Amino acid sequence: MTGNNKVKLIIGLVLTGIVFLMLLFGIFYTPYDPMAMDASVSKSISLKHIMGCDQFGRDVFSRVLVGVKETMIVAGAVVLIGVFFGTVVGTLTGYFGGWIDEILMRLNDAVLAFPSVLLALLVIGLYGGGRNTLILALGIAFIPSFARIIRSEVLKIKNLDYIQSVRLFGAGHLRIIVVHILPNLKTVMLSSILIGFNNAVLAEAGMSYLGMGVAPPNPSLGRMLSEAQAYIFTNPMTAVFPGITIVIMILGFSLLSAATEKG
Amino acid sequence: MKYVIKKLLTTLITLFAVSALVFFSFSVIPGNPAVSRLGTEATPEKIEKLTHEMGLDRPLPERYGEWVLNILHGDFGKSYSYNQKVTSLLSEKIGTTLILSVIAIILTVAVAFPLGIYTARKSDSKLDVVLTSLNQLIMAIPSFFSGILITLLFGFVFKLFTPGAYVSYKVNFLRCVGYLFFPALAIALPKISMVVKLLKDTALKEANKDYVVTAYSRGNATRAVFYKHVLKNAMIPVITFLGMTFADIIAGSIIVEQVFSVPGLGRILLTSISGRDYPMVQAIILLLSVFVVISNLAVDFMYRAFDKRIRV
Repeated sequence: MTGNNKVKLIIGLVLTGIVFLMLLFGIFYTPYDPMAMDASVSKSISLKHIMGCDQFGRDVFSRVLVGVKETMIVAGAVVLIGVFFGTVVGTLTGYFGGWIDEILMRLNDAVLAFPSVLLALLVIGLYGGGRNTLILALGIAFIPSFARIIRSEVLKIKNLDYIQSVRLFGAGHLRIIVVHILPNLKTVMLSSILIGFNNAVLAEAGMSYLGMGVAPPNPSLGRMLSEAQAYIFTNPMTAVFPGITIVIMILGFSLLSAATEKG
Repeated sequence: MKYVIKKLLTTLITLFAVSALVFFSFSVIPGNPAVSRLGTEATPEKIEKLTHEMGLDRPLPERYGEWVLNILHGDFGKSYSYNQKVTSLLSEKIGTTLILSVIAIILTVAVAFPLGIYTARKSDSKLDVVLTSLNQLIMAIPSFFSGILITLLFGFVFKLFTPGAYVSYKVNFLRCVGYLFFPALAIALPKISMVVKLLKDTALKEANKDYVVTAYSRGNATRAVFYKHVLKNAMIPVITFLGMTFADIIAGSIIVEQVFSVPGLGRILLTSISGRDYPMVQAIILLLSVFVVISNLAVDFMYRAFDKRIRV
């Protein structure tokens, strides 16, 4: 590992460490009720409210913690869908080739050429907003890129000598794929899962900014930004903190992915 | 020539597939649109009458054929919620989104190329380290957040523009461009970082190849080798990326239009989605996808112009 990659790895680990800490707090403990409104409280930053309060007097820090949890739930589910179906499609097409490959990859490329925001908006336009539709919409949009990566890896591996020799020993297709090919995809999977998280966080935040994500009054980072925008000139910090949190999440995952990519 | 015809044919097939996808995916939604349009006033007779008027009682393939034919004649149907022709509602918004996207792509190319070439040539300098780190950071800032920061900085601190005071290009083109510059900047920033990174990475990879070393050993000047050989070959992946970016920029404008309250395609798409105005949503999604397909085609042709050997 080069020095440059080491720096990326360390910073990436620190940033994602912060994110996971916030995630744990978001699940188990927030200093205030993220939904509790208190009109009497001062909006500015203080020791009691380290990120200040929003226009309804809700504690921004507590809302950010829960927002991180919401974003990570969506991102995690989206990456899971993308990786699972992406791996299935990628191994099938890469391993067997032929007409399965032709049809699935044509379809794959068509979806891939489509910006994921547009695809997600189409699905949401059809089935309405909300967390589950969002997960479904983004999950579908994420399958093709994983499928492509996995397919090209499988293509590389399947003609290697050791695969040929297991085949001579009479191993079936399923055994070759599960026991001999999939374990070798670990490194590629790791870095593509990390970059997947990076993209999923970005997409979730964008969609919830547009009001297509988690339903209010539940806090989500994107929605906090769009709500705070109306008060941007009087109370800019309410927008800045959730924004910085999104940046930390994305930066952390992208640095980790960059560091693991070249190994 | 054969190549061009083949390419155009496959594009036509893709467009056909996209239109079918857009049409049929909207027809599988449960519930009768006529009922939801009538709302509480729905009586069986009224429902039947409106269903007939909207042509919903006819078979799907027939409706699809009619829909496509009408679109070819420039008729996208009537909006449910505005009760006006979709085309007349959309024409100005298309212009707005196009201007926004074109400014964004011009900004991206104009800033990213010089910067990318600079960082590629001085890849060991202190400034390069700073630029590379800055790049990594900018790539992590989503366009809606950078949009808010730009509003805060240029709208509030420097007072270069008034957020929310968009002027239509039909009223005053220059002032419109002056306003759209800031949302375009928000869209362009992460793209600039990506192009700079890509240009630098590919140029550095190219610079270590044998033919470059040979070119140096023949006594060519560093500058000449860089521009004539390295850069020329490093451009191919950059062009692919720019082509994909164009589609991305159009989609990205949906979000950024919301940040800067620009009344473009994205904004009306969002209101149409929440208003369940299906003819509008159909038309906008179709328009945007046609745009994506055509820009992909343009990239393929551009490749060809760059390197005659490539057949995509």
